[in-house]
Amino acid sequence: MTLLIGALTVGLILALLAFGILISFRVVAFEDVTVDGSFTLGGATAAMLITAGIHPLIATLCGALTGATAGAVTATLHARFHIDRLLSGILVMTALYSVNLRVMGKSNIPLVPEKTLMNTANRLASTLFGGRTVLHLAGWEASPRDVCGLLLMCVVALAFGLLLLAFFRTNLGLAMQAIGDNSRMIRALGVNVELMMIAALFLSNGLIGLSGALMAQYQGFADVQMGIGMLVWGVASVILGESLSGTTKIGYLLTGAVMGSVLFRLLVAIALRLGLNPNDLKLITAAFVFAALVLPRFVSGGSRLVRRDRHA
Amino acid sequence: MLEVTDVKKTFHPGTPNEVRALQGVSLSLERGSFVCVIGTNGSGKSTLLNAVAGTFLVDSGRIQLDGTDITRWPEHRRAKLIGRVFQDPFSGTAPSMTIAENLALAARRGQSRGLTRALTPNNRGTLRDRVAAMGLNLEDRLNNPIGTLSGGQRQSLTLLMAGLKKPSLLLLDEHTAALDPKSADQVIRLTQEFISRDQLTTLMVTHSMQQAAFLGDRVIMMDRGRIAFDIAGQAKRRLRPEDLLSRFEELRRANQLDESAAEMLRTQYV
Repeated sequence: MTLLIGALTVGLILALLAFGILISFRVVAFEDVTVDGSFTLGGATAAMLITAGIHPLIATLCGALTGATAGAVTATLHARFHIDRLLSGILVMTALYSVNLRVMGKSNIPLVPEKTLMNTANRLASTLFGGRTVLHLAGWEASPRDVCGLLLMCVVALAFGLLLLAFFRTNLGLAMQAIGDNSRMIRALGVNVELMMIAALFLSNGLIGLSGALMAQYQGFADVQMGIGMLVWGVASVILGESLSGTTKIGYLLTGAVMGSVLFRLLVAIALRLGLNPNDLKLITAAFVFAALVLPRFVSGGSRLVRRDRHA
Repeated sequence: MLEVTDVKKTFHPGTPNEVRALQGVSLSLERGSFVCVIGTNGSGKSTLLNAVAGTFLVDSGRIQLDGTDITRWPEHRRAKLIGRVFQDPFSGTAPSMTIAENLALAARRGQSRGLTRALTPNNRGTLRDRVAAMGLNLEDRLNNPIGTLSGGQRQSLTLLMAGLKKPSLLLLDEHTAALDPKSADQVIRLTQEFISRDQLTTLMVTHSMQQAAFLGDRVIMMDRGRIAFDIAGQAKRRLRPEDLLSRFEELRRANQLDESAAEMLRTQYV
């Protein structure tokens, strides 16, 4: 049961990462590889600030902000200096490794749960369930703390999902969707595509930084390596979500991203439980993404992440 | 209204691929005039349109619109004043977004786009009326992705979008060239309707001698990056497609094009 709750919680934290990837890869069609760096940067910033005695909520928001800034830098490299999209991301991601070490001052910062946002979960647990140490949920045993952590992340993921949904229905949000769909058209309608791309990557990496900041607090430490493979992880979630929702409507895509992230985390938890060597995890993830990208081509239209011929 | 003064543009200067696309073009459009631009491939007619739209910045010369010097303005800024329809029916609309969303994007052409809701029931109703007025029976499909429509339908909607917020200048770049004859007729009918209803100042590039002869109040023929002739007023009203063809023929002789190029002209324009 602890395993299940843990998997769900992490899945929901990483749903924010999946939102970010959805915005960069899918909505504005920018293959942004800053992710591995900005995820860590969010975690590193939050951990550093929490250790310095800053309120965890402010520290978390600062983590989101630094991640967002990294994304804006990537987009600016591409827009202002015409560096290839992938290369812009790689440059920033590589630079961020050093930046993250500078921010943390060392390669790993442990966090005391009492000083992080997880403490909110603890307090919630004592208000809801009093002093009970074990909860019985449909015959399963669970710790109130874990249940409240899960509830907390549910609220966070739901709130950000709804906020994004509302955003994509505004004039600004529509214009942002259009730059990924037909940039020539939206430029002729008066949108500064370069500026909009910077805004989109700011938003995307902000969510990714936020995800990193929450992850560091949940697992109780920030590590300079915590972002490795997060890009592929997020892509896997988005693809899984796409195939679950099966439409191009933004609301379904957002829902799909959450479901994909949670489902993927569950699959991984089950695989690990069944004896998968954790060292093989990234290989398996990459293989999964490969299969998910290639298989649909033989079945139906194929994922939009591969075939972006938008002149349908 | 639109004042183009001695505009020059050379692509790939100093390389073997150098193309002197515009070699000193001057053009003046009055408010409400509808001008057709014709010319052979590579004559610079689309380049002229793109220079006005701001797809690239010109090497020298000046472009003024509505009394404002827009010569150095980037493309997205000029969109405040200019509505455009492209040759490719797929270029003017965002395929995976719905008809309503595309129209909502066009309704704010050149305006700031903030965090207000794009499609309120109120403006959805307005947009629906505009679509219904086109008579294409698309008003009940506002929530369908625009990519599911035919080229003709998409081009008609692009035209509606270009004029949704009344532009100072409408640029049409061979907007019927990629359509089947029936759709092309329909789009031309809508073009005439919109232009006469809103008194739009229009610059239209076309391949069709019929369109050039029967539409608009002025014809300009481009040749080798220059304006070869300019017919307006009484002379334009009397103009027939055959007259334009003979003008082409005259130019051919003047330029001493070889016979194969002339053959190409015949097959393409007759």
